[in-house]
Amino acid sequence: MIEFKNVDFGYSDRLILCDISFKVAKNESVAIMGPSGSGKSTILRLLLGLECPHRGTITIDGMNICQMKEREKREIRKTMGMVFQNGALFDSLTVGENVGYYLIEHSDLEYAEISARVHEMIGFVGLNADEIIDKLPDELSGGMQRRVAIARALLSTNPKVMMYDEPTTGLDPESTKNILQLMQKLKKEREVSSLMVTHQIADAVSIADKFIVISGGEIAYDGKLDGLIRSKDERVVTFLTPFIESLAEVNREQFTSD
Amino acid sequence: MAFFGRPFYWSETLEQMYMIGIGSLYLIVLTGIFAGQGFALAFSVELADFGAKNYLGRIMAISIIRELGPVLAGLMIAARVAAGITAEIGAMKSTDQIDAMVAFGIDPIRKLVVPRLLALIIMVPALTILCDAIAIFGGYIIAVFIAHITATTYWSAVKERLIFGNLFIGIFKPIVFSFVIGFISTYFGFSSEGGTKGVGRATTSSVVVTSITILVVNFFITKVVFSLLKGWL
Ligand SMILES: Nc1ncnc2c1ncn2[C@@H]1O[C@H](COP(=O)(O)OP(=O)(O)OP(=O)(O)O)[C@@H](O)[C@H]1O
Ligand SMILES: [Mg+2]
Repeated sequence: MIEFKNVDFGYSDRLILCDISFKVAKNESVAIMGPSGSGKSTILRLLLGLECPHRGTITIDGMNICQMKEREKREIRKTMGMVFQNGALFDSLTVGENVGYYLIEHSDLEYAEISARVHEMIGFVGLNADEIIDKLPDELSGGMQRRVAIARALLSTNPKVMMYDEPTTGLDPESTKNILQLMQKLKKEREVSSLMVTHQIADAVSIADKFIVISGGEIAYDGKLDGLIRSKDERVVTFLTPFIESLAEVNREQFTSD
Repeated sequence: MAFFGRPFYWSETLEQMYMIGIGSLYLIVLTGIFAGQGFALAFSVELADFGAKNYLGRIMAISIIRELGPVLAGLMIAARVAAGITAEIGAMKSTDQIDAMVAFGIDPIRKLVVPRLLALIIMVPALTILCDAIAIFGGYIIAVFIAHITATTYWSAVKERLIFGNLFIGIFKPIVFSFVIGFISTYFGFSSEGGTKGVGRATTSSVVVTSITILVVNFFITKVVFSLLKGWL
């Protein structure tokens, strides 16, 4: 289980996050939403232990990530997968080496086995493995890079926590669907907690069990979908207004499918 | 901060050795030839005034092995390699690649710094020895064809100064310089901030600071070693 407890964080003396508390249970998916610059990516960085809060604690299964030794941090990070907002692919490695990075670094698998899994995973995210596996990330389009980044994060041996920073932004509907399915599959097959930062409310609805809205560095909402839609909180309403149409659609879909 | 121990990245180290060693070869060869010949030319004219042309080999051996070789090779490698290392690490940092590495449970110090440092520790002395050899050979060409000293005279004078103290300084300096280059260039890479412009700034500072540190450290090594190794020089 992941728990943020009264977390304050800022760069230099500017406070970005203020008194953030929330929990993510095992096997639970959380969508983190909020305006640009509200500190969503920062929450994921904190959870990875890339930054430490000024106040409050962040615990994973009861262990405070910021009090761990470097060696322990490395071990726990091996159970976490992260899709960075800009992809953050290793640009001196080929697509294949990027996707297989975890297995190459942390497993004793044979080259052929790794290669097979890399092929399969690249196929999963809707790309042609034979065509791109030996290319460098720079030779791919932005959307392809993003999918490679997702493939890289998903191809690990035992993920417990997955973090996706705007995984579907700028993708075509087909790839978006594939990626959301992949995320759901991972959730079904293994016990992973996942945090997805997104501006796509429809994507959030299709995956998340719980919704967190960040606004002005604070948590404006933390709860289920129906509560989110009914929320009278001014910040939530302001945030949701542009999405009213897609929300209505989501609601219709839910009614028809139930 | 643990520098060594498992995991040790062999392939990265070999790759860096190749990039630093083979990549700097042409630079070192050119530096050696021209610096050696220029030096020999200037000295042979000056020595001829005293009728001491036969000492050219001695002067070449001492000045090149102790000072010129290490400093020139160090500065050349600093310019080429320090810039490369800082720019590469800085670019990785500004595109979140370092964070991605950390997120994968990889220690960037072991993955990026240690292989480069080890490659430098092996390659800087090797390249310096090569630079020395080529420069002394350049002196030989000047000695025979311009200063009209016989080859035997030149080489026996060189050999006379190939003694422990000189050789020790000649190897010790590049080893120290490899630490200077490795630490400063990786430090500037990791601490670069502010996107492309920041990487550019870091790269410039890295080369400037490395070069000046090499010159300053060189002076102090010469000074300290002189007093310590008095009997062997
Ligand atoms: N390295 C940094 N140094 C200083 N300030 C930073 C740094 N990184 C982020 N910030 C600031 O922190 C705030 C939150 O950034 P963050 O990236 O978490 O936003 P976000 O919610 O993910 O936004 P977006 O939806 O645009 O990705 C921003 O105002 C940004 O200016
Ligand atoms: Mg963000």
